[in-house]
Amino acid sequence: MRFWIELQEALLIAWDAVRTNKLRAGLTTLGIVVGIVTVTLMGTAIQGINRAFKQSISMLGTDVLYVQRCDWFIDSHAEWLKQQRRREITWAQVKALERQLTLAKAVAPFVDIRQTVKYKNRSASTVTIIGTTDQFLETGGVGIDEGRFLTAEEAEGGRPVCVVGAQTATNLFKGDPAVGSRIYVGDHSFEVIGVLEKQGDFLGAFSLDNQVVIPIRQLTTHFMPFPDYGIQVKVIAQDALEDAREELRGVMRKIRRVRPGDEDDFAVNQQDQFIKTFGRVTGIIATVGLFITGLSLFVGGIGIMNIMFVSVAERTREIGIRKAIGAKRRNIMVQFLLEAMSICLFGGLIGLALAAPLTFALRRLMPATLSLPLVGLSLAVSLVVGVVAGFLPAWRAARLEPVEALRNE
Amino acid sequence: MSLIRLEHISRHYKMGVEFIHALEDLSLLIERGEYVAIMGPSGSGKSTLMNLIGCLDTPTAGIYELNGLNVSEMDDNQLAEVRNREIGFVFQTFNLLPRATALRNVELPLIYAGVPAEERRRLALEALERVGLADRINHRPNEMSGGQGQRVTIARALVNRPSILLADEPTGNLDSKTGLEIMAIFAGLSQSGHTIILVTHEEDVAHCAQRIIRLRDGRIASDEPVRK
Repeated sequence: MRFWIELQEALLIAWDAVRTNKLRAGLTTLGIVVGIVTVTLMGTAIQGINRAFKQSISMLGTDVLYVQRCDWFIDSHAEWLKQQRRREITWAQVKALERQLTLAKAVAPFVDIRQTVKYKNRSASTVTIIGTTDQFLETGGVGIDEGRFLTAEEAEGGRPVCVVGAQTATNLFKGDPAVGSRIYVGDHSFEVIGVLEKQGDFLGAFSLDNQVVIPIRQLTTHFMPFPDYGIQVKVIAQDALEDAREELRGVMRKIRRVRPGDEDDFAVNQQDQFIKTFGRVTGIIATVGLFITGLSLFVGGIGIMNIMFVSVAERTREIGIRKAIGAKRRNIMVQFLLEAMSICLFGGLIGLALAAPLTFALRRLMPATLSLPLVGLSLAVSLVVGVVAGFLPAWRAARLEPVEALRNE
Repeated sequence: MSLIRLEHISRHYKMGVEFIHALEDLSLLIERGEYVAIMGPSGSGKSTLMNLIGCLDTPTAGIYELNGLNVSEMDDNQLAEVRNREIGFVFQTFNLLPRATALRNVELPLIYAGVPAEERRRLALEALERVGLADRINHRPNEMSGGQGQRVTIARALVNRPSILLADEPTGNLDSKTGLEIMAIFAGLSQSGHTIILVTHEEDVAHCAQRIIRLRDGRIASDEPVRK
């Protein structure tokens, strides 16, 4: 009860103090405003980037392992050189793996190249040509928009058929019926049997719809006489991922005759690695952001501290009066801390009001929203700045001797 | 038991390199219900004595007992509580909060005593009525005359029902007519049983009290009842 009465009084005084010095409070608060704007924008930007990344990364599938000669992320040049010297993954190894895995739902070998694709007099350059099997429909997580995907027979046989990505289809056919027409990949003619669903782009780097899927045999025969296969393995269930990974490693070591004790001479990649690497990048962005934010909040905080010292000096006599009639140290302390916090909170609110439209502008670049936790964080940060900046002046005020303070004119 | 017991009180200040002996081995008893005037030329130590009795300051040596409490050994916060509960101050310059209304000024001691809002308002109104300011409760200090301002101060001093009313030159900033009005209020309060300690350098003001203590050089020069 007593606590509330004292707090109420302190709030009233703080409010009164801020109100009577509107302009001063407003100007002092600028530093905090800038700080809070940066906190909020940095937060929304990082959240936005994360969300965009998650959307992209989901196409990799959380339950798909990618067996390849090299790791996706290589830390050093020496390691890269070492991995470049590894033996290729051969067709025989692919087949052996397919036979021996027990925890796989689907196994799709794949090879990709860039080629120019032509239809009538139109052509599209640097289209990704993926050679794979019917299993790719399962492992790649792609859907069919029109027509059908490759069959098992077509994949390993020589029939020149293809399935085109959504963007390639629009660019080439421009309204002509796609299924049934013939296109040229390089110098070789393929019959279109299906069109893939639109998938978007990967990390904004390249479009996943600018591709043509052809039977793996066709690709190796026509374009790549000495292929290095990659293998996509979809695991039977998400929670079997680790077991499947271990089984996969064991089988691959056996197939490739890696001696016990030697390192793997192949890599098992998965979505996870992207997330980890990406986490590092966002971590760096966040650290830099935090530094900038911290700097502006620091400057803002100094401003607040300054003005609070002025406020204490101006009201020394009032402090004396209050102490004379029974205010304890904590009453005076709380009074000035609350004043500092009010100014900062005020700055925080202005900062948020400015950040909201800026976030809206940011939405052109990434899926950014001003989330509630972020608003909470910003306000909490401004309050903390208030406490930190207000502490010293409030402490000094609380320790004033009543006799001295009353003598002050 | 005396209300105020000062025993061998000394108060020294350090001014630069020099020690100032504001009070020197001063002993004094004041009983409940007394009306005492403290007089003396400037530099005699009367302000220091006032600050000590008012618990705004602590003695360098000696014992001060107020209402049975050993005040000389208390820390800052305990002193604040004693001031709040036991002492009502009436200052020469009023010392009202300039931006607060009369009512809020009078409520202030009750806030630090932790009295709930409604009770606070009731007590403050009562105190303002007692000093004849029931119609000025929403005026700010700068909207009032000197006499009214000093009455607000008295109401603020009374509102917590303190043991002592401590007045430091209460008429010093007032014209003589208003001064008389204020002294009349003190007389009334004394009659109704309040203990009043008055610091002044005006003989006629001091003669309103029942007892006059004269200080000189930090010691009691004389201490005698007023003959009326």
